[in-house]
Amino acid sequence: MAAFFKNLIRNKVMLFMVLPGAIWFFFFSYLPLVGTIVAFKQYRFNREGFWASISKSEWVGWDNFKFLFSTNDAYTITRNTLLYNLAFIILGLILSVAMAVLLSELVGKTMAKIYQTGMFLPYFLSWVIVGYFAFSFLSMDRGMINQILGWFGAEPVQWYSDPKYWPYILVFVSLWKSVGYNSVVYLASIMGIDKSLYEAAMIDGASKWQQIKNITIPMLSPIIIIMTLLAVGRIFYADFGLFYQVPRDSGTLYSVTNVIDTYVYRGLKTTGEIGMSTAAGLYQSVVGFVLVIVSNFVVRKIDKDSALF
Amino acid sequence: MAEVIQRKKRDFHHVSRGANAVLHTIAAIFSFLCVFPFLFVVIISLTDEKTLATDGYRLIPAKWSFEAYKFVFQSGDTLLRSYGVTILVTVVGTLVSLILISLYAYAISRKSFRYRRFFSVFAILTMLFNGGMIPTYMVVSQLLGLKDTLWALILPLAMNAFYIMILRTFYSTSVPEAIIESGRIDGAGDFYIFLRIVLPLSLPGLATIGLFSTLGYWNDWFNALLYIDNPNLVPLQSMLMRIESSIQFIQQNSANSSLSMAALQSIPQDTSRMAMVVLATLPIIFAYPFFQRYFVQGLTVGAVKE
Repeated sequence: MAAFFKNLIRNKVMLFMVLPGAIWFFFFSYLPLVGTIVAFKQYRFNREGFWASISKSEWVGWDNFKFLFSTNDAYTITRNTLLYNLAFIILGLILSVAMAVLLSELVGKTMAKIYQTGMFLPYFLSWVIVGYFAFSFLSMDRGMINQILGWFGAEPVQWYSDPKYWPYILVFVSLWKSVGYNSVVYLASIMGIDKSLYEAAMIDGASKWQQIKNITIPMLSPIIIIMTLLAVGRIFYADFGLFYQVPRDSGTLYSVTNVIDTYVYRGLKTTGEIGMSTAAGLYQSVVGFVLVIVSNFVVRKIDKDSALF
Repeated sequence: MAEVIQRKKRDFHHVSRGANAVLHTIAAIFSFLCVFPFLFVVIISLTDEKTLATDGYRLIPAKWSFEAYKFVFQSGDTLLRSYGVTILVTVVGTLVSLILISLYAYAISRKSFRYRRFFSVFAILTMLFNGGMIPTYMVVSQLLGLKDTLWALILPLAMNAFYIMILRTFYSTSVPEAIIESGRIDGAGDFYIFLRIVLPLSLPGLATIGLFSTLGYWNDWFNALLYIDNPNLVPLQSMLMRIESSIQFIQQNSANSSLSMAALQSIPQDTSRMAMVVLATLPIIFAYPFFQRYFVQGLTVGAVKE
């Protein structure tokens, strides 16, 4: 015991340094873990505060989960979250790598820099702004797309109330926002490839295409695999902004725009199904946790330094 | 001679002239697609409202007008106040998070710190498992009582285990142990060494984290959506969300309350909303070209390892 205090005193400066951050983690990361027991309760708000609300709510066991999985919602939000993320990962990877290789082959570095700056812009914008952008194209009576359709004599489309277009719109908008940034990141690692590899290939008479296929892509594959596995680890988490702002929270679109994150949010703010939404959130956390652990394990096998932990 | 070598090198290394033209075209088109929506919104904001009603959103409007911007600046202090909230939250938030993150990361990067392993794991675990939106909401609003305060916009974004890991790696690669040792031999304390030796050496790392943090605060609307009801505390992005559904927001907050109904109806609606979008985006548009390399660096520096 005395030794323990001695150690504390010896490390007091460092302990003071971690203290503010540790307190933050305690309140914003660890206490909410305690709050997840609401998933097993019939939540009743109590004005005496956080602890009273939790402790005075009645235990209901697995009822919230049973109810959640007995509805269609659980299937819909899981399917939407997984399929959209899968599309984002696959298409995003192909387009980003293709664009990075393309940028690396450009002659004229000034122009390449200008293109990169343009491609980078969407990354810096919030989803609210992107939602407005989308509206300027998709607005029923004023949007650009309906005007173009009008020139060809087609009927205007009610974009914000017809679910069938939204899988494409959401994939497009997501790629629009992320491909530029990711390709610049991949480009940075292409720039790091040893130039003598290309020189050797050229002496052997390899064409540009052969060089890309046999040098660039293989040299990129570790970072490609790692970025992809990390994304797979997060496949159960959706980008709330994309699915909430871009469809303008339109109710008729929920079948194709509702993901786990938006479902939980609506449970909290709109429908008031606190217990069931917490259950959905816990379901997301648990499956997400397993996926992160598994993908990190795989990353570790491939490249120890790139693993998260 | 130099030119000949240059020329040769060119032929050797690069794609053919024709292929290069094709590649340039593809890159230029994609780059333009990324910027185009912003230009389009600028054009809409500069369109005459009546023209808009008849023609819709056009690339080349029949009639240009600055009315929207005039209106936004005259319509009371809604926009200004939101700007103020966003700037305050961004500045305070970035400072708070830099202080918290740099201290925490430094302590767990030091081998002499006995509890470094415990606090590393304490941070890393938060990346693996979280309580989710609703329990966090209950802690922030009921336990900490931050609802409808600026702290609800600042604190939830202040820390992030991922940034800690990036900065820890940065410290251990860019601050040689020998320098810290020499400081210790000269009799400097741990905190003095951190402040006077480590921080100046890790400015690029701090800049990267600081810029990520600044962008995060500037673009945040989610915390305002959860925690802010008071119209005086609404940040920029969140204000744009709120006026999206009803232009009433501006009208109620209009400084000139003597506006008649007829005058209200002549208010440029769509255009003024788009003008606000433009005004909210301009600072980013002007700033990001100068800082973009830090955002690439962030990911390359962040070769995270234990």
